[in-house]
Amino acid sequence: MAQAATATDDAGRTITIPDKVAHVFAAGPPASILIYTFAPELLLGWTRRPAAKSCEFLGPGACDKPDVGRLTGRGNTTNLEVLLKLKPDLILDVGTINATYISLANRVQEQTGIPYALLDGRFAAVAATYRKLGELTHRQSVAETFASYADKTITTIKGRADKIAPDQRPGVYYARGPRGLETGLGGSINVETIEFLGARNVAGGQRGGMATVSVEQVLTWNPDVIITIEPDFAAAVRNEPVWAPIKAVQTGRIYLSPTLPFGWVDFPPSVNRLIGLWWLAKALYPDQFPEDLRPITRDFYQRFYHFDLTDAQIARVLSGQH
Amino acid sequence: MARSSAPGFLIAFAVLIAALLLAFTVGRYPAGLGDLFALIAAKLTGGTAHVAPAAVDVLLQVRGPRVVAAVLVGAALAVAGTAFQGLFRNPLVSPDLLGASSGAALGAVLGIYFSLGVFAIEACAFAGGLAAVGAVYLIGSVMRARDPILVLVLTGVVIGALLGSAVGLVKYVADPYNQLPAITFWLLGSLAAITASDLLPLFGPIALGALVLVALRWRMNVMSLPDEEARALGVPTTALRVAIIAAATLVTSASVAAAGIIGWVGLVVPHIARTLVGPDFARLLPTAALLGGGFLLAIDTLARTVTATEIPLGILTAFLGTPFFIWLLAGMSKTWS
Repeated sequence: MAQAATATDDAGRTITIPDKVAHVFAAGPPASILIYTFAPELLLGWTRRPAAKSCEFLGPGACDKPDVGRLTGRGNTTNLEVLLKLKPDLILDVGTINATYISLANRVQEQTGIPYALLDGRFAAVAATYRKLGELTHRQSVAETFASYADKTITTIKGRADKIAPDQRPGVYYARGPRGLETGLGGSINVETIEFLGARNVAGGQRGGMATVSVEQVLTWNPDVIITIEPDFAAAVRNEPVWAPIKAVQTGRIYLSPTLPFGWVDFPPSVNRLIGLWWLAKALYPDQFPEDLRPITRDFYQRFYHFDLTDAQIARVLSGQH
Repeated sequence: MARSSAPGFLIAFAVLIAALLLAFTVGRYPAGLGDLFALIAAKLTGGTAHVAPAAVDVLLQVRGPRVVAAVLVGAALAVAGTAFQGLFRNPLVSPDLLGASSGAALGAVLGIYFSLGVFAIEACAFAGGLAAVGAVYLIGSVMRARDPILVLVLTGVVIGALLGSAVGLVKYVADPYNQLPAITFWLLGSLAAITASDLLPLFGPIALGALVLVALRWRMNVMSLPDEEARALGVPTTALRVAIIAAATLVTSASVAAAGIIGWVGLVVPHIARTLVGPDFARLLPTAALLGGGFLLAIDTLARTVTATEIPLGILTAFLGTPFFIWLLAGMSKTWS
């Protein structure tokens, strides 16, 4: 009979974990990425298998893992019988912690008898999240290497960014959607890392999630920098007469974010944003961040995605084209 | 009764003019009606206007096309709604009765799912609307039923529901982080993304459809009679029905392709127009067009000025349209019974 230990998850719930954790079920995309980076062999399957273009940048066999669906969040697509058949030792969800997710976790835990842990998905908590994951899976020393990498990255970047005078901080417009007119409001998960770096989100006056805005409004905001994940928009905006008066367009400060294998700026809101922090810092404050991103990218992909990038692949990732 | 139409038409005209003045006056960017008049005056006299170049761009490239699009879409939906309400002899009919909106929605949603460009998405929406109504009409006419109108409406409802489920399916399989938000925003309807280059593909089909409807205005009056009576008067009801449905669908699909799903305009505005000028299509169509254009322009002006972020049009029209419709119903039951 396995000796069970207890642990406290980030929601303050006490859960009983088996003494050997070999298989973890990820309840959503952020959790699956976190577990994959930490120890690919633990991950039972993806919420949704990465697209072929993303699989190219993941370790061997990563995309052979099955689709298992989503256990919580926007629509529950996991079949609980499938979940039981996979025999996970632990179910893990990473993200917002609120009453909805806590009650969902409690329900699934009661129904299946499998311990269900909730981890904090905020960007600033990424190191702590790895340490907690290590505790839950009895892999503290592995977790420590990830956590200290995250700590070091964040303190290095944040240390330099914090010294920048307020008037040197650019106004940033984060453009999504086919025409670049969807943006993240203040405090939204889309702009979490942008705001974390102390840049001024031009749409930050209003708090909330994602919203549509008009070109007229963007003209009024007149951002210094445009960050986008849409290759078509990034190409079109430079030749669009309507956008021409905007400072970012005139100075050419339009940055197309890398998205392979996972987005560098916002989605999915997991550890993939850690490498994006370097990229963002360089885009926002080029003088303070003279580093060449290529070796940093290679190192990150090796550690977290278990994949060795060729020079051509690094160039492709950094170009933001997909 | 028939004599009272002139003031009604003038009211509709005044609504549109008021909406136009308001729309050019307000906006998130500090540029207004004064700048526009200065610009027009300079163009006419050949002088130079003392307007900041950025304000000129906002008025001519951003706000201008959007105002024009709002008027076009509003007028189109109102005209299509008027035609459908007359054709189906039912006051609860809106232009999406035969699946034009749900077909366009599926087209657009598929376009977003396959990460197509903006124009391709709009083209998919337009084609989806036409294809859906075409399919409904074909299926409806294959059934040799005693009441062709009823069969057509039922087919439209069923196909519309099927297309709605297909949209749901695409949303279900779409990338929840990148595609789903875009799909959601599109389905709620917005004119935020309109540029000058969208106006021609919008204007062409709307003008063509509206011309057909205006040309058929006298016969549409006869179509409001029961089929047998219309046929007894020598009206080729089947051919006429095809023409009206095709014209209204063209107009609706072009609107939905450019602006997304905007309900209520096609349902409510024809009723208001009817209370203003009576049921004669020769007067009803232009009045509905003016009112629809003015109404949607006013709504869109609200949508883009109230907050820094856009309020989806589909939501605003419903929130304003519902109480208005109920109020109208209370006083209007006599018009239709």
